[in-house]
Amino acid sequence: MVVELLSTPETDQVFHALADATRRDIVHTVLIQEHSISALARRYPMSFAAVQKHVAVLNEAGLVTKQRRGRESLVRGDIEGVRNARGALDAFEQLWRDRVAQMDQILAEDR
Amino acid sequence: MPIVRVDKDLDNHTMTVVAEYDAPVERVWQLYADPRQLERFWGPPTWPATVVDHDLSANGRVTYFMTGPDGENSAGYWDVLEVAAPRRFVVEDGFADDTGQPNPNMPTTRMELELDDRGDGGTVMTVVSTFASTAAMTQMLEMGMEDGMRQAMGQIDGILAEAG
Repeated sequence: MVVELLSTPETDQVFHALADATRRDIVHTVLIQEHSISALARRYPMSFAAVQKHVAVLNEAGLVTKQRRGRESLVRGDIEGVRNARGALDAFEQLWRDRVAQMDQILAEDR
Repeated sequence: MPIVRVDKDLDNHTMTVVAEYDAPVERVWQLYADPRQLERFWGPPTWPATVVDHDLSANGRVTYFMTGPDGENSAGYWDVLEVAAPRRFVVEDGFADDTGQPNPNMPTTRMELELDDRGDGGTVMTVVSTFASTAAMTQMLEMGMEDGMRQAMGQIDGILAEAG
């Protein structure tokens, strides 16, 4: 049940999305302030299309959101998505913390 | 608190938990060897476990289900790979269907447990859980992106700290 959290296609997507340095930097940038794709493209030595592709991967993984404003697409970091990525691992840690505490309680009954 | 350390190693898909107990190794072993004690701690507080079959010996199987707050059940099983009582066992923990049969479509977790004397009558428990590599994770590892993963997780912490 908890392991499910760790290996869902969604989690893989998140890990895949974050395995690239440019994409991590994009997430970082747009969490602080929203950027248009063309503004992002100016930050990196790559084409508009390449940046657009990175943003699409991040969007698919739920780490950023895109919003159309006129002719521009504004990219914003999705703090919940970023938190969930961390949460999958934390859920498993919590499971074991609970187990350890419950084991300790049973042992305390011996005393 | 009995938890001493939790290490998450994304490169190897492992999580290591180290905990200490003020009880001898034989006593801590009983928590796993006795199904009635095992079911008292295996499930999360809101998902208590019921152990159905319990054969904690090499090639044996332990089956259990956990019952959620709305009465829903989530079944699981251990395929026992190695046992050296009262210090060590290795199992493959997986999901089962309603009849207790392993669900081959779900990932399994390998769990390696070791109990050591702490020297003062207490016990140090080390549990290493290794998660199944799913296709995408394996692919990433093959592409040599282990560092990327570690960096990514480190970066997430940084991002969360900054974003508050």
